[in-house]
Amino acid sequence: MAQIIQTATEPVTKVDVDPVTLDIIENALRNARYEMDEVLFRTALSPGIREQHDEFPLIGDPDGKMVVGQFGLSIPALLDGYDGTIAEGDVLLTSDPYSCDGAISHANDWLVVMPIYVAGRVVGWASMFGHMSDVGGKTVCSMPTDAHTIFEEGVIIPPFKLYDGGKLNEDALRVILNQVRQPDWNRADLNGIVAACRTASRRIQELCARFGVDTYVSALDALLDRNYQAMKALLGIVFEDGETISFTDYICDDGVGNGPYQLTLSLTRTGEKVLLDFTGSSAQSPGPINYYINENLARMFFGIYMITVADPQILWNDGFYPLVDVKIPDHSFWKPDFPAALNARNHGVGRIFDLFGGLLGQKNPDLLNAAGFSSSPHFMYSGNYADGERAGEWFQLYSIGFGGIPGRPIGDGPDGHSLWPSFVNIPCEYLESYYPLRIETWETVADTGGAGLHRGGNGVDVAYRFLQPGTIAIHDDRWLTYPWGVNGGDPGARGRKWIDRADGGRQILASKVHDVAVAKGDVLHFVTWGGGGWGDPLARDPELVALEVRRGLVTRDGAARYGVVLIGSQVDSDATEELRARLREGRPEKAPVFNMGPPLEEILANCEAETGLPAPRMPA
Amino acid sequence: MRYRLGVDVGGTFTDVLLIDEDSGTSFRAKTPSTPQDQSVGVLTGIEKVCAAAVTSLDSIEQVLHGTTVATNAILEGKGARVGLVTTAGFRQVLQIARSFVPGGLAGWIIWPKPEPLAPLEHTVEAVERIGADGEVIVPLDEDDIRAKLRKLRDDGIQALAIALINSYVDGRHEERVAAIAAEELPGVPISVSSRVLPELREYERTITTVANGYVQPQVTTYLENLLNKIDKKLYILRSDGGLASAAAAAANPVSLLLSGPAGGVTGAVWAADQAGYTDLLTFDMGGTSTDVALVEKGLPRVGRETRVGDLTVRSASVDVRTVGAGGGSIAHVPELTKALRVGPQSAGAAPGPAAYGAGGLDPTVTDANVVLGYLPTELAGGEISLDRAAARTAVQRVADAMGLPSAEAAAAGIVDIVNENMFGALRLVSVQQGYDPRDFALVAFGGAGPLHANALGKLTGAWPVIIPPSPGVLCAYGDATTSLRDEAARTYIRRFSELSDDELRGIFEDLAESASATVEAEGVARADQTITYQVDIRYHGQGFEITVPAQVKDFDGAGAGLAALGAAFDAEHERLFSFLLKNEHELVSIRAAVSGPRPFVQATTLPEGGTDATDAVRTTTDVYVDGATVSATVYDRAKLRAGNVVTGPAIVTEMDSTTLVLPGHAATVHPSGSLLIRPVGN
Repeated sequence: MAQIIQTATEPVTKVDVDPVTLDIIENALRNARYEMDEVLFRTALSPGIREQHDEFPLIGDPDGKMVVGQFGLSIPALLDGYDGTIAEGDVLLTSDPYSCDGAISHANDWLVVMPIYVAGRVVGWASMFGHMSDVGGKTVCSMPTDAHTIFEEGVIIPPFKLYDGGKLNEDALRVILNQVRQPDWNRADLNGIVAACRTASRRIQELCARFGVDTYVSALDALLDRNYQAMKALLGIVFEDGETISFTDYICDDGVGNGPYQLTLSLTRTGEKVLLDFTGSSAQSPGPINYYINENLARMFFGIYMITVADPQILWNDGFYPLVDVKIPDHSFWKPDFPAALNARNHGVGRIFDLFGGLLGQKNPDLLNAAGFSSSPHFMYSGNYADGERAGEWFQLYSIGFGGIPGRPIGDGPDGHSLWPSFVNIPCEYLESYYPLRIETWETVADTGGAGLHRGGNGVDVAYRFLQPGTIAIHDDRWLTYPWGVNGGDPGARGRKWIDRADGGRQILASKVHDVAVAKGDVLHFVTWGGGGWGDPLARDPELVALEVRRGLVTRDGAARYGVVLIGSQVDSDATEELRARLREGRPEKAPVFNMGPPLEEILANCEAETGLPAPRMPA
Repeated sequence: MRYRLGVDVGGTFTDVLLIDEDSGTSFRAKTPSTPQDQSVGVLTGIEKVCAAAVTSLDSIEQVLHGTTVATNAILEGKGARVGLVTTAGFRQVLQIARSFVPGGLAGWIIWPKPEPLAPLEHTVEAVERIGADGEVIVPLDEDDIRAKLRKLRDDGIQALAIALINSYVDGRHEERVAAIAAEELPGVPISVSSRVLPELREYERTITTVANGYVQPQVTTYLENLLNKIDKKLYILRSDGGLASAAAAAANPVSLLLSGPAGGVTGAVWAADQAGYTDLLTFDMGGTSTDVALVEKGLPRVGRETRVGDLTVRSASVDVRTVGAGGGSIAHVPELTKALRVGPQSAGAAPGPAAYGAGGLDPTVTDANVVLGYLPTELAGGEISLDRAAARTAVQRVADAMGLPSAEAAAAGIVDIVNENMFGALRLVSVQQGYDPRDFALVAFGGAGPLHANALGKLTGAWPVIIPPSPGVLCAYGDATTSLRDEAARTYIRRFSELSDDELRGIFEDLAESASATVEAEGVARADQTITYQVDIRYHGQGFEITVPAQVKDFDGAGAGLAALGAAFDAEHERLFSFLLKNEHELVSIRAAVSGPRPFVQATTLPEGGTDATDAVRTTTDVYVDGATVSATVYDRAKLRAGNVVTGPAIVTEMDSTTLVLPGHAATVHPSGSLLIRPVGN
């Protein structure tokens, strides 16, 4: 438990904050949070942060509760696990999920936390973590797909003072950066994160100067309370007292041959509180896919799904936490025992989107989206230039791919987009000018989005031609189980990867591999998965289907899934009516809410024939 | 007599300003805008102003014009049907749009994705490929692209955009496709990405090129109509604040997307300069939105991006930030959270605020101002009469929803929130760029700007707050007082160790020659030209550049030029982010800008009148400030004299605007006509 040093000891006076001041402070906090992003994007060096924005900011109240931010970390959990004093000018750094109770969830994420002081008193916390492209360890980019322990995953930094009273601990930083393959990236990105936190700190100090500490801190309480009250009302409206709802989804495999892993989440409301219960989920994996989740992160995820739709302008925060109990079984996928490997937890982090959507959508039609592009699949490529001007020079790429957003209550899912806020792809021209790569195709694949009244977004095919020998690594999922559809919509297509070798052969790649050698002229196709469809495909406007055929987003054969027949590029109305009538006859009166594709046994039985890859072993 | 004519076409009114260059005497005309064909309203305005000046169209040499034709085409989605040619494999570059979804973690659930500006069914692929080093990997298949262009012709496309991968390095395939397109699609304007934006990043270059084609037919038609009607030398104000000939503007209309706001900033610079101020924050508040910008030493900061509605393109523009906060912004209270939200929804021109009595029932910022007494109903200049009771009824609904004691309290809340939103925009251009707003003066204009200016001065600490004369037509002033300008740019990505001073000087000189020739062709002799240089630099490996000025004389062949650039970059990086890296510097792009002289326009001078402003007093009225009702003096701006001091609480009225002076503040009348508001006692 951290001991916070404050020279001002008298308690803050709680004052009434008028509603207008409250809204002004809310607005200013939101601006400060976006300014943190801006500072980091503009100064970072690693493509993962500067081009793709793999980072998460947070501003906390004096107790560390998030008052503005987004998914992803917990300051109280970190402070609980830190044994020492914290004073003005200190900046903490950690990358160890096990010493901060999962405030971050793998060693690639470097978390910076700093107290914000005004007149000798902590008035809040600024914090941010970013994904470092490389933190050392046995594989390039530090995400070995066969890791059994966290010790294989690079340098594990326990919480320590990167700055002590404003003074940088040069020695410690030198020791850390000596472990990694691209130290200049880590140094610049870390500098950017610290600068972003200092920016937030300045903005909060300015707010305190303008309104006074008493008003500022009281306003935070009121903002937290605003979320509490809103959530209390929502819970009562959405969930019936005493009823339990439940949803199960899967991670296809764990990189070491086991799968699929069952992820189960249940919710029960009792009085004004709800219980989120992860019981029923698979036991921890011997591979690297475990997602060590902090209870507060589960609350956070729940909250943003509930509140976003109700008041999109709200400053979403931790205020509702007392209304949500969380139960996560020990030794499970969600709470593995130290020193279980964690690096590939990105699939679990992503699948949370689908898990909460499937759970909460059962009671809230505005949230009932189909399954989307619920992961952040990684592609890595590295080596030394074998020839040319740069012969001998080291290159290393870490990048994130995107796929189909699901069919949604408000409409179609966008093709080839990101479920992650503010993430973007790395431009082809950037890749080609900084890496020995040529991108031959970057487009979405027709028909990969699930058919529905609102179509699921298509997955993306990126074809990378390698211009220098090297090795690649891939972290992907949903190659086996389907991105499910809802309300009569079809599932989307699964993801695939293969290499067309320069010497003529084709090699199908498993979804989690590393150290795969590639030669000059080899072409990797990384095809991500589509989003599920929403609603009855036979109710979709045939003219829209025809237009999408002309756009190349749906094929002529694919149009048949909507019961649409084309002559040339126009709708054949009679044939369409006839086909739709026939298709309606052959199906049940009412479609089930979820369409997960064939039963799991059938998927496993057909695995090798359909995917070219052996079926995984059921986990213990 | 020599006259300059400034024209600003707004959503509702067209403002025309005629200035006698020798005496500075100006004449104004305001006529309703004609959205079907804006040139009709412009011509009406010109005839009206000529009549007022007792002169004829013949005596006018130049027409200087800020236009919103391009902007409106984007905002209303009424641009051309654009065909797009991409490299094979990249047909969906606009469909994928970098995979970006705005909003927070669950933002994707509620985001309606806009359709691509060039429809996918009109996008075709060229079989060709150029590598990142400019090498031709796959030669262009000319027969194939010819056949595909014929299909686009049959589809009836109205503009063509060509954007191929790596064309920023080598545009030869794009040029060849353009040549074939000229044969197959005669009369269809063609936008080529390596000419429009020769920069790395295929999505940004493609969308910018497509946007150029999207607005081009409308802009061209408009300019042709106007030229036919007035038969004068016509210059258009670009987004970056420079002037372009009508022909140059029609060729690159994506550079006009912020022509309107740029005119406002330019006008603010001119007016503030008359009052002796050159470091400025500009604050242009209209009915639906507010534009703000930062001006340093008389030069507006120019950014490399232009945003209009949902669209962001890479095109230089005065760094204007826009917030959806204006007089028509609607206040509402979400049931779940009981928070007070103002905007971004707006009552627009129809039905407008409740006080306009045109059927609007929602409480707006204007209604709040009416309830507070800041917009006296009996003094609205006769243009629109304000219905105070309707405003109060609307605002009372906010008071009820929030449990506030009175309509006045709710109105004060609405004004505070909207001020805060605008303050946020001013912080974006100042504090967040490392500038302290207290080092700047705040220039307020637009219909609603002077009403909120004093409050924004309090929030920012930017004093004095300057209210220029005729704040409603400042854009036309800007149009009439700006100078000819052209810019030549080149992307040139090199680490400093790969560069020499001599090589860079050569590029500077080539670029300067190119821009200088253009300006000379417009009639500005070389001796009258000013050339400035800028380079974009980053640490090798960074994704964003910082723009720093360059002095070509520094490039002595011994490395002093590169050293100066590196030092300037480090200073700026330290100022913005408070740290430096040891990584090597990398040059990204180079620009030369050539300007003609700023036209001399004699400012008007008010007669001296001493501090006593009693002669301009019209009446008194009750206003609600800081929780209490007080009596404010109402002044007629036309009767104020130089040196007069207007002490708050006070309201200054004129034809197209109302200025509020808060208690504890006073406005001094400058001889140039501006009001300078400062806290009393400073």
